[in-house]
Amino acid sequence: MDLSQIYTELIMEHSQSTQNRRHLDHIDASERGHNPSCGDDIVLELKFNGDIIEDAAFTGSGCAISQASTSMMIDLITGKSKEEALDLVETFISMIKREVTDDEELEKLEDAIVLKNISNMPARVKCAVLAWHTLKEVINK
Amino acid sequence: MREFNVDEIRKDFPILSQTVNEKSLVYLDNAATTHKPIQVLEAVSEYHHLHNGNPHRGSHYLSIKATEDYENTREKVRKFINAASEKEIIFTKNATESLNLLAYSYGMNFINAGDEIVLCISEHHSNLVPWQKVAKAKGAVLKFMYLSSDYRLTMEEVKAKITNKTKLVSLAFMSNVLGTIYPAGEVAEYAHSKGAVVIIDGAQAVPHMKVDVRDIDADFFVFSGHKMLAPMGIGVLYGKENLLEKMPPFLMGGDMIEYVEEQDTTFAELPYKFEAGTQNVEGAVGLSAAIDYLEDIGLNRIHEYELQLTGYALEKMLEIPYVKIYGPTDLENRGGVISFSIEGCHPHDTASIVDTYGVAIRAGHHCAQPLMKYLGAPATSRASFYFYNKKEEIDIFIESIKSVRKWLGYGS
Repeated sequence: MDLSQIYTELIMEHSQSTQNRRHLDHIDASERGHNPSCGDDIVLELKFNGDIIEDAAFTGSGCAISQASTSMMIDLITGKSKEEALDLVETFISMIKREVTDDEELEKLEDAIVLKNISNMPARVKCAVLAWHTLKEVINK
Repeated sequence: MREFNVDEIRKDFPILSQTVNEKSLVYLDNAATTHKPIQVLEAVSEYHHLHNGNPHRGSHYLSIKATEDYENTREKVRKFINAASEKEIIFTKNATESLNLLAYSYGMNFINAGDEIVLCISEHHSNLVPWQKVAKAKGAVLKFMYLSSDYRLTMEEVKAKITNKTKLVSLAFMSNVLGTIYPAGEVAEYAHSKGAVVIIDGAQAVPHMKVDVRDIDADFFVFSGHKMLAPMGIGVLYGKENLLEKMPPFLMGGDMIEYVEEQDTTFAELPYKFEAGTQNVEGAVGLSAAIDYLEDIGLNRIHEYELQLTGYALEKMLEIPYVKIYGPTDLENRGGVISFSIEGCHPHDTASIVDTYGVAIRAGHHCAQPLMKYLGAPATSRASFYFYNKKEEIDIFIESIKSVRKWLGYGS
């Protein structure tokens, strides 16, 4: 297992970035995501404009992978419709499960595509998918 | 008693000689579970090859052999922890089941509304969640003893929390997170003076040091086999005979009965009253071989050697400016468990990174979420040693933790 495939510069940048780590002024929906066995703990906040996710942010703590994955997801879904966001969640989870491996199909995940190699580290898969499951929960609520 | 030679000892543990991620395995997760020497593996295998039968039931040869194997282990455990009688040794699945047995059979029947149950803040969930349940069900008050700044439990704190209303005190002998060895005997003496019953969770102590339940004067004492070279799935509950005698059975079924009528049952004598259903005989056989192995090396020598390793690791870790240690930094009343964090790095990243160096450590809350909250840490990394670890392995561990910050984008 080559660590440089996991701890890439992009992941490090996202995990330490504060751009998406904040509270929204106006919150339409929020949801806590928690990995009880390891302590990754985030709260996702969303602001909607009709069907569009107008703004999104998160707070919380966790490992570099969980925090980077959350930040990347927020970059990706901001400005998208709920339906588009749910489709991206499915694509991301399929990528992690190695059900979708075609890079062209995965391109729409933008930066989050770098988390593809997390499937080589089974112990860390739950860190990578935490935010995405949380988003699915909050949209479907 | 055999000579204490780690290289020779390691030959008994085939699993330690493998490579992980193309590196030699450095196994430092012994507080989670320990490896099994060939002597234990062979004893279990021999049981299956030659003696397997359902104990206490048949009159045929194999059932009798299985009964002998099982009951011989009971006597061995009795001697190992210096209990007064074999009736006081109950086999369970592990320390967790032993504590649940106590919560259901003792707690639910002898704790009443307004009574106090006192625990230490560092308890493992297995010695905390069952008591929350008892306290809620019975209207009892759950109280916690907190730690001093050097991660120790002072007698002032003990005396402040244990009162005349305290009916039960349950305390880990050694913290699975901090490595602190608590003054179990002193706590028991004080609790008894207030009329409370005392449970000591010995899961982290029994594998590493000589324990005498009568010297501590614990009313109940629990531990797991798999943390002391035995297979998973065998554990022990020790209890004073007069207390076990008045407790109702925990699980009902075969082998724990005396007479069964359509509507009523009388129960078997101790210890069988608490052992319903076919028991883990092969686990008991493994536990017996594990005790032989540990006694052949000597628990005092094991403790002394592990303290040397711990002292060496602490010294090296304290030299690293960005490492924080959660636990005593001196060796007094301490065991070979070191929890730590690396500034700016989440413990899970730390554990994953050192794993690529072949180093197995644990990361997370170590089944002690209230302690993590008390320490103000979301999680920690933890290295824990056993007598088969070597100084050279600690050097590899230290090198691996020095690499963590580099991988996470820090200069050093």
